[in-house]
Amino acid sequence: MMTAPPAVSIKNLRIALPKGAERPFAVDGVSLDLRPGKIVCVVGESGSGKSMCAHALMGLLPDTVNVTSGEIQFEGRDLLKLDDDRWRDLRGRRLAMIFQEPMTALNPLMRIGDQMAEMFEAHGLLTPRERRAKALSLAREVGLPDPERIVRAYPHQLSGGQRQRAMIAMALALEPAVLVADEPTTALDVTTQAQILKLIRNLQRSRNMAVMFITHDFGVVADIADQVVVLRHGKVVEEGPAATVFNEPKHDYTKALLAAVPSMHPPARAPLDDLARAVEVIGLDKTYVTSGGWFREDRRVDAARAVNFNILKGETLGLVGESGSGKSSVARLVMRLIEADRGTVRIGDTDLTQLSGKALRAERHRIQMIFQDPFASLNPRRKIGHIVADGPIAAGADSKAAFDRARDLLKMVGLDAGALERYPHEFSGGQRQRIGIARALALEPEIIVADEAVSALDVSVQAQVLRLLEDLKARLGLSMLFITHDLRVAAQICDRIAVMQRGVIVELKPTAQLFAAPEHPYTRELLAAVPGQKERAPAA
Amino acid sequence: MLSFVAQRVVKGVIVLLAIVVLNFFLIRLAPGDPAVVMAGEAGASDQVFVQQLREKFGLDKPLPEQLFIYVKGIATLDLGFSFRQQAPVSKLILERLPATLLLTLTAFAISLALGVLFGTFAARFAGTFLDTAITIFALIFYAMPIFWVALMGILLFSVAVDWLPSFGYETVGANLTGLAHLIDVAKHLIMPAMTLGLFFMATYTRMTRASMLEVKRLDFVKTARAKGLPDAVIQRRHVLRNALLPVVTLAGVHAGTLIGGAVITETVFAWPGIGRLMYDALLQRDYNLLLGVFVTCSVMVLIFNLITDLVYRLVDPRIEFAA
Repeated sequence: MMTAPPAVSIKNLRIALPKGAERPFAVDGVSLDLRPGKIVCVVGESGSGKSMCAHALMGLLPDTVNVTSGEIQFEGRDLLKLDDDRWRDLRGRRLAMIFQEPMTALNPLMRIGDQMAEMFEAHGLLTPRERRAKALSLAREVGLPDPERIVRAYPHQLSGGQRQRAMIAMALALEPAVLVADEPTTALDVTTQAQILKLIRNLQRSRNMAVMFITHDFGVVADIADQVVVLRHGKVVEEGPAATVFNEPKHDYTKALLAAVPSMHPPARAPLDDLARAVEVIGLDKTYVTSGGWFREDRRVDAARAVNFNILKGETLGLVGESGSGKSSVARLVMRLIEADRGTVRIGDTDLTQLSGKALRAERHRIQMIFQDPFASLNPRRKIGHIVADGPIAAGADSKAAFDRARDLLKMVGLDAGALERYPHEFSGGQRQRIGIARALALEPEIIVADEAVSALDVSVQAQVLRLLEDLKARLGLSMLFITHDLRVAAQICDRIAVMQRGVIVELKPTAQLFAAPEHPYTRELLAAVPGQKERAPAA
Repeated sequence: MLSFVAQRVVKGVIVLLAIVVLNFFLIRLAPGDPAVVMAGEAGASDQVFVQQLREKFGLDKPLPEQLFIYVKGIATLDLGFSFRQQAPVSKLILERLPATLLLTLTAFAISLALGVLFGTFAARFAGTFLDTAITIFALIFYAMPIFWVALMGILLFSVAVDWLPSFGYETVGANLTGLAHLIDVAKHLIMPAMTLGLFFMATYTRMTRASMLEVKRLDFVKTARAKGLPDAVIQRRHVLRNALLPVVTLAGVHAGTLIGGAVITETVFAWPGIGRLMYDALLQRDYNLLLGVFVTCSVMVLIFNLITDLVYRLVDPRIEFAA
């Protein structure tokens, strides 16, 4: 099958976590081979130990963990037995790494070109002038536009995709034999992700590199992997060629993970023709103005331009688009957390944009929000009971009744009553998101605004939370504005979808229609960029 | 950048004007009439003499008129006349300003250099004995009152071992010139500058230490390690440079206030600076001189703030030259 000898051979790697951690080993007996010219995807959910494997291979493990057994064979040596100087010599030159968040992975105070040149400097190669010239040609090679300008720019002056290209250029500068990519496209928009995946693929083929690609996204795996290794709780549960793992998964966990990936094919949904209107948004405009000072022009960003839509009772309207498209601004405008420049938001028959002060506060309970980040959206110093009951108590409910209701709500979202007395840090991400949902429901809203409510969750947890939302929506007759960048999720949960680009809704259609016959070029581009569409059979 | 400076200067002038007006009225709110004090010291406290003094110094005019005359004077760099010292205020201040600037800037340099150095070491060896020792050392000087450190310094270095002079700016009557004079001043400078500098050093030590530990955990440090850079280069180029940003902010705030903070040090060491001048003016109710010192200090604060902003924009490319 595979004839080339492995470039890297990890054997029985075991990495111990500090005492008191939830399990003794972050990585527990992992063995895998990386071969020249092949991409091995290491897949798993958060806490599976996949990132630890990557860091072990680079000799960049944090001080809190240590390798207790195993070996990593590379070019005839066991990497785990190297001293610091030998490691330093290999890093960057023979082994290179790219990271998840290109903004924080670049030094904000150094020019891109200088950071690339450091790669040569670290290994005492070339003269300063040659290094600069090399940085320029690398920038050109990874397809950075206007490379002369980019090498002189600072990281904050680049877009996310450009930053990741710069990271890749840096990693490939010394033509390493092995590239470790730790979730390199997770922080990027879907169209940018598609470009970066293609870039990594092309460079890896032309240089015959061995690639270890860490990801949680099966779509990405489907697009890029030659070999797949599925990790769970630090152990390999399944491995094999990509096609085999996708088409004939053997382990139950792999099957469950694959099944949890939302399909691109929207399920049939009940027609919504004769429903009453829950929300009406007419001609919403919002422009952010950053003052440029006395002698400069103001900077203007259109977050919403003539945004019109309505949401029917019991309907889920999806709002999709890439970062900066204005979808979160629209959510905040509808909630009236920020003021619109123009336009009307009606909830039922009430014009929310005309209200202020007490009258506005009295209406606020009708529309509630679920946030993206399950960690930042719960006050860490308040018990769950308070977090859920605060809203009703503020609205004048009796404290005992509010706590009784909080208990019922937590049960409704699948948490036991003991949760009332605990603090947010005692819960997992998925559980916290359930608490966020209970909090939103506590005020008995008519409309829920979910802003990327499942984006931070692992795919299996995501599926559970989505089911919960669907179930609650049906039981309580809620309407929902569902904001997401993930078209797979949108396909599964939305009745209709509005596509946003630079503050404008470019297309708004029933979900099935949008997926089957996208009209606007941007919609088509978005749909085409969703990873994992080619290898998988359509009948999901 | 020029437009940025121009904008800041215009804003600074407005702030200065507000400070002058506020100080002018605040000083007159304080109990005590300078004319009465002066007359009393002259041994002639009869009403006619006091009234004459008032007229002589313009203190009989209505307050708004006094204010107008004063502000008009400032616009032409005339800070008025000190009737206690019988000399123009601007002359008195300009005589003392170099000594104060020498003291405060030296103290500032000492505190920043030692603070960053110690902070870097403490962070490098975080959790070890060295870290604890540095932290305690810095805390001691932060916790002790400046006048106490000054007195102990005099006892130790002037009285016990007689290495350094205990007071003044130069050896009186020695009439030294050239290098000998320079060394003489430096000897006089060491103790007051160290006393003042060690106090501020503690905050920089702690800030640098905390900031370095914070930056060390960031992703780009991992990127630097993944490049195979030597640890010393990573610490200096990636960790320290980023960690210094909050230190620069703090130093900017301190730089402006150092002159005011030098009052105690200058008094203990009889250093002929603005601080001493202010202290004396305060005791003697020398309104014009006091106001003049305030205006000078305010201008210093504004200038140092401007310098800080410029430096900040130099070290952090993310900040653009906009208001």
